[in-house]
Amino acid sequence: MAGKLHFSLVSPERELFSGEVDQVDAPGSEGDFGVLAGHAPFMTTLKSGRVKVYDNGRTLGFDVQGGFADVTPDGLTILAEQAVEVAL
Amino acid sequence: MASLKEMRDQIKSVESTQKITRAMQMVAAAKLRRATDAAQNARPYAERIATVIANLAAGVSGDGAPKLLVGTGRQDRHLVVVASSDRGLAGGFNSSIIRAARERINALLAEGKDVKIITVGKKARDQFRRVFGDRFVATFEAGVPGLASAQPVADKITELFETGQVDVVTLAFSRYKSVVVQTPTLTQLIPAQIAGAAATIDLKGAAYEYEPDEETILETLLPRNLTVQLLSAMLENQAGFYAAQMAAMDNATRNAGDMIAALNLKKNRTRQAQITKELIEIISGAEAL
Repeated sequence: MAGKLHFSLVSPERELFSGEVDQVDAPGSEGDFGVLAGHAPFMTTLKSGRVKVYDNGRTLGFDVQGGFADVTPDGLTILAEQAVEVAL
Repeated sequence: MASLKEMRDQIKSVESTQKITRAMQMVAAAKLRRATDAAQNARPYAERIATVIANLAAGVSGDGAPKLLVGTGRQDRHLVVVASSDRGLAGGFNSSIIRAARERINALLAEGKDVKIITVGKKARDQFRRVFGDRFVATFEAGVPGLASAQPVADKITELFETGQVDVVTLAFSRYKSVVVQTPTLTQLIPAQIAGAAATIDLKGAAYEYEPDEETILETLLPRNLTVQLLSAMLENQAGFYAAQMAAMDNATRNAGDMIAALNLKKNRTRQAQITKELIEIISGAEAL
């Protein structure tokens, strides 16, 4: 497994998360997907659902409502219309 | 010359004004911190969405491109969105936005374009009502900047654009540079402006995959971008407003201080002159005996 994935989750009002993680699962409008480091460039719209962030055995959860996910060689960016952190 | 009592009253009145301006300055300073934080927190989203759009726009062209991005192909009907604050007492903050907007509107009118106006914030509404009242299509209050207050404005703009009533949309607001510098700025919202530098994400040879296709994504993204640009303009305005108010109230407090000092001096001189006059009267009265 190569390196870590740079992940940031931003909503219009603030940045909720930014940092290096192992894996992120997100609810794409055409199906849920997981992103690891080195993922191919990819962009999708999101439906409402939960974004899960895995890092060193820790898991964080965010409920998002609509938005976009953008995977570039630099990492994954999720632009959510609304997002709140939830306890898992 | 004003009597001693009048002068004392005047000093008291200036002193109470000074108390008010000092309180307002402190309130503005406290709110400024919150407002700049809010403006800064909103920046990452606005920057990212601009990058993403620039990326997408590079790949979409021709007839299929969304109108929000490329425009209607005409430049005849303009919509100017003027964002100000709801309240005054902030020095030249609102008037500089209004001046910038008015110059643009007059220039457009001089070119024979049709101009419609949307105001966000009571100050812009009040200022423009006299001159351009017949061009208003909607007025909004700035209120507390947030998605909830930016969305209705964006919806109205989209509605006007999609029903073919406007071709070009420009937004006037004040960009918050620092506590002392706020620059009135005009930006074009529709057709969307694409930041040139942002368009170069290095894909390292790989091709982008889109889910669903690029155009569908752009079509949902562009309205979002509109809302976000409005939101960030409102947040910048809010921060700039408090900064300008803080500076204006600081000046006012200092001016009141100068005025009190000058009045005190005058009052003391008058009092001294009165005492001298009374003494002379007593002495000359005694001599006459």
